[in-house]
Amino acid sequence: MSFDIMIVGIGGQGTILTSNIIGRACVIEGIPVRGAETHGMAQRGGSVESQIRIGQIFGPLISPGNADLILSFDLLETVRAAHWLKKEGEIFTSREFVVPTSVYMQDYPAPDEHMLLSMLGEACYILLDTIKIAEEAGNVLTQNVVLLGAASRKIPLSSESLKQAIRETVPKKTVDLNLKAFDLGVEAGKNP
Amino acid sequence: MVIQYLLGNEAIAHGCMEAAIDVACGYPGTPSSEVIDTLRIVPDRAFKVEWSVNEKVAFEQALAVSWCGLRSICTMKHVGLNVAADPLMVSGYTGTKGGFVILSADDPFAHSSQNEQDSRCYARFARIPCLDPSSIQEAHDMVRDAFELSEKFSLPVLFRPTTRICHSKSDVSLKDTRVSERKALFEKDPRQYVVIPAHTRLLHKLLNKKQPEIKRWLVDSGYNRFEIKGKTGIICGGIAASYVREIAAPDTSIAIIGGYPIDEEWLCSFISQHDKVLVIEELAPVIEETARGVAGTVPVLGKITGHVPFEGEMSPERVMTYLKAAGFSTTKEYEITSEPVAVPIRSPILCAGCMHRTAMYAIRKVFKDAIYPSDIGCYTLGIQMGTVDTTICMGASITVASGMSLAGESRDIICTIGDSTFLHTGIQGLMNAVYNGANITVVILDNRITAMTGHQPNPNTGITACGDVVPAISLEAICRACGATFVETVSPNDLVTFINTLKEAKSKNGVKVIIARQPCVISEKRQKISRGRYCVNHDTCIGCKACIKFGCPAIELHEGLAYITNLCSGCGVCVQICPVGAIGREVKE
Repeated sequence: MSFDIMIVGIGGQGTILTSNIIGRACVIEGIPVRGAETHGMAQRGGSVESQIRIGQIFGPLISPGNADLILSFDLLETVRAAHWLKKEGEIFTSREFVVPTSVYMQDYPAPDEHMLLSMLGEACYILLDTIKIAEEAGNVLTQNVVLLGAASRKIPLSSESLKQAIRETVPKKTVDLNLKAFDLGVEAGKNP
Repeated sequence: MVIQYLLGNEAIAHGCMEAAIDVACGYPGTPSSEVIDTLRIVPDRAFKVEWSVNEKVAFEQALAVSWCGLRSICTMKHVGLNVAADPLMVSGYTGTKGGFVILSADDPFAHSSQNEQDSRCYARFARIPCLDPSSIQEAHDMVRDAFELSEKFSLPVLFRPTTRICHSKSDVSLKDTRVSERKALFEKDPRQYVVIPAHTRLLHKLLNKKQPEIKRWLVDSGYNRFEIKGKTGIICGGIAASYVREIAAPDTSIAIIGGYPIDEEWLCSFISQHDKVLVIEELAPVIEETARGVAGTVPVLGKITGHVPFEGEMSPERVMTYLKAAGFSTTKEYEITSEPVAVPIRSPILCAGCMHRTAMYAIRKVFKDAIYPSDIGCYTLGIQMGTVDTTICMGASITVASGMSLAGESRDIICTIGDSTFLHTGIQGLMNAVYNGANITVVILDNRITAMTGHQPNPNTGITACGDVVPAISLEAICRACGATFVETVSPNDLVTFINTLKEAKSKNGVKVIIARQPCVISEKRQKISRGRYCVNHDTCIGCKACIKFGCPAIELHEGLAYITNLCSGCGVCVQICPVGAIGREVKE
């Protein structure tokens, strides 16, 4: 059995970096790990997902209804991905969302937070002001690490391994910034 | 030995370096591109790396490197092997000297491809060995050993990872990379390298003679292996084998096919110990057909019997469904859930400020009732704008356009093709169109780079794979040399001039070429080129939605008025579209 995490968002938001940090933390702890990613044209502003399976020795793909955890950078993508979650699973999501251009071009009603949250139904979720926290850390681009910090208490890897993985993964100049974002995320995950 | 968390393609690149390769070349194509992209940034490398202009060129060069006694790999996506099929089909005849590996990455489910083609069929067609990894670790080990296999049988080896190998990640055990000490020396032997009929007939016999020995070697080496656990058996290969191992009940025997051609006797010895067998493989029923040929009275279930679909990719829950349908027991029960229907789709779209959008916007304005053949690249996303009527394969925009002209289609025909695609296989079509008097407009969307696959340089970029600065080729000179007399270069960001050039082309007969030149916005961002943003003056905006209909992701509509978000890259096209002059430079307070 592995601990399966879905990381979802929009192409370019940093889902791959987040899964790289988790993967590296597994190597630090000597735990087998598998991951699957979206590459290619789908990255151009489309929905993207990274799957990561901690403790898995076979394939990289999670099955719908079986993810232990969902990390999401975009509330609309959270709704799209919620069916991957198992019954007792948990969602850590940014409350931010980008309305797809298709909505404006085809005159659909734009979704709002209330509507999106109601679509999550009974799923257990924690909503985070990732932009605000990332800005507090010093750079809005650290939202992915904020989210990782918030969810870290659920991930079967030690905080120290995750932090070491951050040091080894992010650009050298941004290590302190990202570690701060991680710590602020940990706090926010405690007190949503 | 060291363990790292790597992308499949990075692990494959490392395997190549452990085999001390001398040369790597290829043409970008998802999901294969990161192999060369990893090799080309290795510091102080002792091997040579290049992006070639197409797969046939890459293949022939790598084959010649092998003939000089060196180790080479050429990389491509599955449909690239179609382009390289001509040399492929003879390479088994001529054979090789230094280890030669052809990496052809398949894309089940066509995540980023025009079809779901199976490269294993090509290996069978060309009668060369094929290796098919079932995990990233195995991909790494296999590609390293493939060079030795190639040298053992003096044949090219087709190495076939799939999307879920190339673009998945895993902890991988790596060994030290090694440096080649080989020296290039071509030993002339016309009987081997000149395939005139008298030679090729003998070479064909030689190739056929090698087959039984390859089959046996693939079993002896452990690439093809099985374990007997009960009276039902599954035969599987590729990444599907990893799903089978996760899902199948412990009393199910599993045979894993890692190499082709399959030894029929060995396969028969597995099948004959079971009451029934199920074959789980992605794409073509390659294993299944072999199994059916040797199974005798044992039922072989799979695609041909309707238990497994021919198309799409496998996943753990799908494998579970197929196992149940075939009456096999599983270790897991999945409740299959699906995506809610009410969530608006977020398809990939062209970037904010992308010149493809502007070019296609203008094309639609000037050529209203026209036919728009197009090609393969980011600009295929122009289908959302209604300016992509056909896309089949690399280079087929110009030839489909000239074909429709040849058919006598009375509407205007205007085709679009990217710079890299034009250099790949577009030039021949242009030459043919001019030579045979077609009446078409060709727009070369020249963003100076091969963008869609991850911004690889091409001869138009002025830089090589390894970063050496070289003279950029002249698209204008190529088009003129092909015989085109109307060749105009304009940036689509200068919308008025671009529209006027399109109008001029529309008014003329013959083959008209417009080179729409504007660097890719992602390349610009990486080079820290910033043009500043634009914003909407809400006292002037009348909410007409002209800018919204342009489809730029940086423009949003709130309470009837347009807003420009921080995605704006400053191309300035919306300023030229707004009928009331409501869009201007953002003024910093």
